[in-house]
Amino acid sequence: MAKISLEQVKHSYLAQPAKSEDYAVKQVDAVWQDGGAYALLGPSGCGKTTLLNIISGLLVPSHGRVLFNDTDVTKVPTIERQIAQVFQFPVVYDTMTVFDNLAFPLRNRGIAEAKVRDRVMEIAGMLDLESSLRRRASGLTMDGKQKISLGRGLVRDDVNVIMFDEPLTVIDPHLKWRLRSKLKELHKRLGLTMIYVTHDQTEALTFADQVVVMYDGTVVQVGTPVELFECPNHTFVGHFIGSPGMNILPCELDNGTVRCAGHAVNTASSGRPRSDVTKTEIGVRPEFVRFDDHGFPVHIVKVDDLGRYRIVEVRYADQRVKMIVEEDAAIPSGSARISFDPAATRIYADGWVVN
Amino acid sequence: MLKTANQKAWYFVVPVVVLVAFNALIPLMTVVNYSVQETFGDNVFFWEGVKWFEEVLNSDRFHDSFLRQLAFTGMILVIEVPLGIGVALSMPRKGPWVSVCLVLMALPLLIPWNVVGAMWNIFALPDIGLLGRSINALGIDYNFTQQPESAWMTTVLMDVWHWTSLVVLLAYAGLCSIPDAYYQAAKIDGASAWSVFWRIQLPKLKRVLTIAILLRFMDSFMIYTEPFVLTGGGPGNTTTFLSIDLVKIALGQFDLGPAAAMSLIYFLVVLLVCWVFYTLMMRHEGQ
Repeated sequence: MAKISLEQVKHSYLAQPAKSEDYAVKQVDAVWQDGGAYALLGPSGCGKTTLLNIISGLLVPSHGRVLFNDTDVTKVPTIERQIAQVFQFPVVYDTMTVFDNLAFPLRNRGIAEAKVRDRVMEIAGMLDLESSLRRRASGLTMDGKQKISLGRGLVRDDVNVIMFDEPLTVIDPHLKWRLRSKLKELHKRLGLTMIYVTHDQTEALTFADQVVVMYDGTVVQVGTPVELFECPNHTFVGHFIGSPGMNILPCELDNGTVRCAGHAVNTASSGRPRSDVTKTEIGVRPEFVRFDDHGFPVHIVKVDDLGRYRIVEVRYADQRVKMIVEEDAAIPSGSARISFDPAATRIYADGWVVN
Repeated sequence: MLKTANQKAWYFVVPVVVLVAFNALIPLMTVVNYSVQETFGDNVFFWEGVKWFEEVLNSDRFHDSFLRQLAFTGMILVIEVPLGIGVALSMPRKGPWVSVCLVLMALPLLIPWNVVGAMWNIFALPDIGLLGRSINALGIDYNFTQQPESAWMTTVLMDVWHWTSLVVLLAYAGLCSIPDAYYQAAKIDGASAWSVFWRIQLPKLKRVLTIAILLRFMDSFMIYTEPFVLTGGGPGNTTTFLSIDLVKIALGQFDLGPAAAMSLIYFLVVLLVCWVFYTLMMRHEGQ
């Protein structure tokens, strides 16, 4: 068990990286506390898997250090790091039985056969694999194989961290739900550090205490699901988390007053962006936009009824704004006026929040 | 719903039927025809039943060349398959050396078979050949034109040189198709290099190796040109493999009946071995 810290980690797959685009991971400083349940969330290709492989030692970063507690392990090989990792696609050893597959990581470390048996039976019970323990792993379905992969990750009890790289992509939806709850339950019971990589926000928000959002090779925000929802650090977080995502609208600053298409808007940001930023925007979630006779004029474009609430899309100038409206609230037709809740509206300068 | 009966589609099958008839069926049936009859030329045939088959199956000459053939095929398989896997494992997986290695490996496969025989004949000559002279210079008495052991060694060496590349290329392609995740998972699981080979690489190579072994079995079991050019089947009959013997009977002695019977037996042996081997190898697949 250990606290894991990444210090100024950068990685490029090229031999001679020159520009910032050459880096898969641009600059990451992050600390994963011992026993935490983390989700690493981000779109495909943002460097999540690279970061994971750096932690597990499958990759040595081009720059920076990896610390376990306070020991530098940047160049320590995978086997000495005591790490478990589950990959996106199932990896099973075809010629072995399910039992031997699950026992493999333990036997390789010379653990006594009696203990191997206990651990394997326990994990198999948890993953409903008991009935197929004697079967050859190659004959199983995709679900079954991925359960074996998960099992091999969970079977060791001496690991510093278990990392899951989008492990449920290939699993049936109803089983997905159950496995995710199992993982969460297991986290509570064993107190192991777990890092769960995903590009699915529901998965991230249900699994993790802390969500690390990555975008384009950098960590843009670390926080609880509530923090990510209420105070996104970056327009990407606002847009990526929440359904529908945050409205990001261009604005101008006029002597400290924020204006959207000429209308003054009150925000929670008390500071003002530096003068060298190229793009200023305001961000407000659809939950905090409402009809208001004193607001600014918009046209209603479309109303989607989602059952419990409705999503109304309105337009002003060439901007579109989404708002969430209660099921029984009246929606004016044609033109209307809207306003934003000042406490939930923030200024973003070049993508980053201004507090 | 009523379907219009339209038999015109059969016309599309005609080219294939004609092709298969001319390149397989008709030649094969000609051989069958010869194998059950006696002829003295002029297209006059006499029915002989299974006489030629009995004669071939009971002849010492056939037994000897059949055993020689089995020994030869067995030897080259035992050498070429492990050697091929070994070479494939030690080839680089990326970088500029990949293409260099691939071209070097492919070279022997591009040389015409009789040229391979001629090359090795000259290479191994005890008086002027580089290999032959070198071996003799080491104090070993070596002369493949006179000593059966030397002739065997040279023939096997030549085949290994010529055909190990095929196993290498197939095994290499198989190795390259193993996803990285397997190696990564093995590292995480703490697997030794031997476990990685035994538990990941070899099982994943099973299909290509099955094909490699089948190809090498068929090719070596039917080998003709290279030993014919190298040793001519000698010294004596010591390197007279099945094909060489068959050609001697058919074209040397013009015993068309026995030759046809032998061809069919030969063909059935190859077919049977391939079928049994393939069935055994694939029995766990697709479960």
